[in-house]
Parts: sequence; structure tokens; C-alpha cells
Amino acid sequence: MLHIKDLHASIEGKEILKGINLEIKPGEVHAIMGPNGSGKSTLASVIAGQEDYEVTQGEIIFRNEDIQELDPEERAHKGVFLSFQYPVEIPGVSVTNFIRTAINETRKAQKLDPMPAGEMLKLIREKAELLEIDMKFLSRSLNEGFSGGEKKRNEIFQMAVLEPKLAILDETDSGLDIDALRVVSNGVNKLRNKDNAFVVITHYQRLLDYIVPDYVHVLMDGKIVKSGTKELAYELEEKGYDWIKEVVKA
Amino acid sequence: MSLKENLLATFPNIQTTEADNFKEIRKNALENFDEKGFPTRKEEAWRFTSLNPILREEYNLEIPETKIDIDKIKSYYIPEADTYKVVFVNGVLQEDLSDLVTGKGYIITTLDKAKQDENYKEIVAKHYNQIAKKESMAELNTALSTNGLFVHASKSVVIDKPIELFYFASSQDALLLQPRNLIVAEVNSDIQVIERHQNLSDNTVLTNSVTEVYNSKDAQVHIYKIQANTHKSSLIDGTYIYQEEKTESRVHTFAFGGKITRNNLEFYQNGEYSNSILKGVTILEEKEHVDHHTLVHHKEENCESYQDYKGIYSDRSHGVFNGKIFVEKTAQKLNAYQQNNNIVVDDRATVNAKPQLEIFADDVRCSHGCTVGRLPEEALFYLRSRGIPKKEAEAVLMYAFANTVLESVRIPALRKEVARLIANKLGVSIELEF
Repeated sequence: MLHIKDLHASIEGKEILKGINLEIKPGEVHAIMGPNGSGKSTLASVIAGQEDYEVTQGEIIFRNEDIQELDPEERAHKGVFLSFQYPVEIPGVSVTNFIRTAINETRKAQKLDPMPAGEMLKLIREKAELLEIDMKFLSRSLNEGFSGGEKKRNEIFQMAVLEPKLAILDETDSGLDIDALRVVSNGVNKLRNKDNAFVVITHYQRLLDYIVPDYVHVLMDGKIVKSGTKELAYELEEKGYDWIKEVVKA
Repeated sequence: MSLKENLLATFPNIQTTEADNFKEIRKNALENFDEKGFPTRKEEAWRFTSLNPILREEYNLEIPETKIDIDKIKSYYIPEADTYKVVFVNGVLQEDLSDLVTGKGYIITTLDKAKQDENYKEIVAKHYNQIAKKESMAELNTALSTNGLFVHASKSVVIDKPIELFYFASSQDALLLQPRNLIVAEVNSDIQVIERHQNLSDNTVLTNSVTEVYNSKDAQVHIYKIQANTHKSSLIDGTYIYQEEKTESRVHTFAFGGKITRNNLEFYQNGEYSNSILKGVTILEEKEHVDHHTLVHHKEENCESYQDYKGIYSDRSHGVFNGKIFVEKTAQKLNAYQQNNNIVVDDRATVNAKPQLEIFADDVRCSHGCTVGRLPEEALFYLRSRGIPKKEAEAVLMYAFANTVLESVRIPALRKEVARLIANKLGVSIELEF
């Protein structure tokens, strides 16, 4: 699904990613953990095609295609989805119309006709229910005045509607109370299948109790310094990132 | 001969059967225009707009033979809008295409007809050329205007549908058109007008239009101006609005291009609890030029005015916003608001924004704000990451930016039409109506 080889990326001349290697197969969930500033969000942004970052070395192969030269929208059309750590507020654009435009532009790219209105409504309703979102909420301006939990729930709702092949969840747990965390995780788990894959970026092990990963990677200073199974997350929670530093040094 | 000389020379040829009082008004206006001449950039109010490029043209000052392409005309009708249509081509009313109405407590007709109408000629005489400013372009119109819309709503009459007013131009020569409209809303009445000037040919057209609006006590008049003309079409519009107490008057201006567009939009409040609402969306590209000059003149207590102008400028386009709020000493307890926000898409585009507040009362709340910026990059990436291509994502953000103006459009079919025009202007084929 996704194969990242020796990826280096920088912003304004400062190197953030210093040689990332990662392979993700369909059906897998990978967690990426690490302290603040280790490059977790940068990795997510670079995969999604954020143009502020310059890839200086390495490859990002997505479904057997190097996607580095593709625009963010082209990557989305191929099935990459990024759930933002800080979803942007866009006054004047309702959630429903945003999602409708996103669906139809994706279909256009796939040479499909726009989705019929009835079908669209049904899809939106079904996914809103999954994320326990009130339909009234969907006529509000995108993220404007949403609580932290509402924003994240809305991100996962968009993911549910767009059905990506690869979803990167960038600190989806931050700003969530325990109920919202349950709803969001439940949504993600229901969407898991053998053909899609998830990258869950998180600071804390807490989220991984709900979304159980197949692999856990620790990112530090722009490199994956340790990989393991979900037990690694518990170990980290218990011993802290300093422990990893020591391990790596040794 | 210069255009001015030509215009002065045509005056004796005006064929008119109108009463002497109207002839006298024309004569005085002509003398005034002769004295003032066309505005130049030396005048403060015209600093950013030069008329030279359009005054150099050789205009046909006669009304040309008109061949009418009805299908083409109808393509400009707002889809699914239930309206009374009034259609002029080259200044001449097209009776077949127009829904003139009379005898229902309101009248929708032409100014020429109203001047001759036993029931209305006094109403026309009472209001005609009373509020239009005596500056040179308006005076030129007063002297030489051909015809235009006349609407009158009697006391407590709500005209049930908006009036869709079209001024089409279609000619082999460069054309100068001078329509003149008069809208009179008696006590507690309600009138809505959607006005569009449209050039159907590839030739040069200059339209010098004047509209006067009278709001009697408790009346509401809403005017929507659609300005989306060809690159050879210029418009100088003077719209002058008189408000008695407890009136609400609104003008929405959708300025989506043309060669040179100048909007002189002036509200005169003459009664307590009046409210003036001025809103505009301007989207320009290439070398298009739009100059909005607004004035709200507050005279009485407890009044409000609200201005919200949004502009989006690409290529080498040029936008001007000059918003004046004049508050007399007697206009206490006023709430006046003015907002002008601009997005500059291209480094070569220019925006000149000038709020002008002249306040002589001491118990008022006046606020104004002006911004010039760019589309937010973060929001653009967010939309693109969901599969919305760059151009479409920009259009969505621009539409959202303009939405504070669009959301107050009360006619759903018009809102949809404006959304379609915006999508066209931005070169995208997505539905923008949110």
C-alpha cells in the first residue's frame, strides 16, 4: 500500500525528516509515536502533499506509484486521506456542501458522473450516524466554532464518506474527551477492512486501547528509532521517551 | 469634435413630447454639464478612475436600427425566477418582452409613459431629478436620457414579484446609452428591482445610468445590480436614494467586470429609524476596473447604515472603494458600520480603499474596517487534501469570503444566479451555492 524509502524532508532549509523507512500493507494499522517536534506531523503532511515541505531525498510509493510529484488533490483521488491535527475553520462553507464538492471532484477525477442527490444524502446520513453526528450540525460552517471534539469527529466523518485507501490520523485523540474518543475510535474500527490501512499518529498510548495497532513505530528527531507491536506502546507509556533515547544510544 | 461637443450638438435634436417642466430640467442640466465637462482625475472623487479611454471613442449618438435576437436576450433571464421583466434594447422598450403592469395599486412602466400618464405625471414631476446629484455625469444623463423604468407602489402595497430590468445593447457602432429610472415607494410599500446592463455585441458601449429612489415612511426598496459585462462595455451608474423615517433600503452590487465601471451610490436619510444597507461583491480579472463610491448621509436620530464590500482581484485588475459616511450634528444615536475586505490574487492587481468618515454628532457609533490579503494557504491545502483541485478550492474559498454579502440576498433564484456567475467568473464548473 505505502512504501516510504529513506525519506528526507525539510522546511525553510531545516531538515525535519532524516531518513524514514516505512512499509504498510493493506489491512494494517500502524501507530507512530514520539515526542513533540520529532517530525510526526511533518511525515503526515509530506505524505498528503503539503507544498511547504521539500522532499530532498527518498521515495513515497503509494500503491506501486511514486506520488511525490502529485498535487494534494491527486493524492486524495488515489486514496490518501489526512485527518488534520488542527482542522481549518472555513466560515461560509457548510460541512455538507464541502463534502459534496469533495465527493464529486473525486468522482470527476475518476471519470464518474456526480453522485445523485438522493444517494449523496443517504451516504451522508449513514456516516453521520456512525459518528453520532446530528444532521443539523452538517449545515454549519466548516469547523467554525466547533469544539475540539466536534472538529475531530468531523474529520473522521469526512474520512468515512470519502473511504480512502490510506488514512493518516494526525493526533486525532488530542482535545477529545473520553466519550468523543470512544465515538471516533468506534468509527475508525468500523471502517477498517482488509483493503485499507491506517497510520495513527499519537502522543499517548491511550488511543491505542481503542484503535489497536498491528505495529508501533517510535519517531525521534526525524527517524524511526524503534518498531514493534502494540506492547511497545505500553512500554513507552510506562517508561517514557527518555527510555527510548537511552536504548537508541546504547 | 470631442464627445462633449457632439453631445451638446445633439441636444436640439431630442424628439420629445414631454411637458415644459421636463424640458426645462433638461436644458438646465445641459448647461450645467457644459460648464463642468466630463470628470477628470484632477477631481478627488475621480482620482483613481480615468474616463479618458472611453471618452476617446467615436459614439453613435442616434439610436441605431435594432435587430433583436430574442433567444440571446432570454439567455440572460435569471433561471426559475418569477419576476416582472422590463426589457430595453438600445434604450428602446421591448413591449413584447416586457411585463408592464398597471391598475393593481402599483405601476411598472417606462418613465416616458409615466410622464404622459394623467395619473402619474404629477408624481413623476414631484420626484424627478430631486435627489440625483448635480454632478456632471448625472447632469449629462438628465439632459439627454432617453427612457427608463418607472415604478410606483401605492400606500401599503407590496409588489408581489421582483422586477427584472434589462438594458441590452446591440449595435455595429460604438454606443452611448443613458437610461433613467425612477422608483417611488409610498408609505409602507415594498419594491424589489434586479438591474442588469448587457452588451450583446462585440462593440464598445458606454452606459451612463441614473436611478432615483424614494422611500416614503416604512417603505422598503431593495435593488440588486448585476454588472457582468463584456470587456468593451463601461458603466457609470448614479443611484440616489432618499429615505423617510423607518425605511429600509438596500442595494447589492455584483461587479463582475466590464471595461470601466463606476458606481456612485448615495443614500440620504431624512427620517428617524432609517436603515441603509449597501453590499457588494467585486470579482475582477485582466484589466477590468471597478470604482465604488458610496455615501450615506445621516441627518436624523436613531438611524443605521451597514456597508459590506468584498473584492477579489486577479491579473492587472483595479478596484476602488471609497466609502463616505456623513453624520450631521442632528444624527445622534447612530449606528454606522462599514467593512471593505479584499483579496489580491495577483501582485499586479491594485486596490485603493478609502473610508471617509465625517462626523459632527457626538453620540454615535461608527466603525469601519478595511483589509487587503490573500487566500489562506492552510485552508487551501485542507480543501485540496479532500480531493478538491486547486482552482476549485480557490473558488470555494472566494465564494465563502463573499458569502456575508450573498446570504442577505432574499431572492433564492437570484442567489443561485449570482453563484453561477461567480463560478463562471472564476472559471470553475462546480455548484457554489452553499
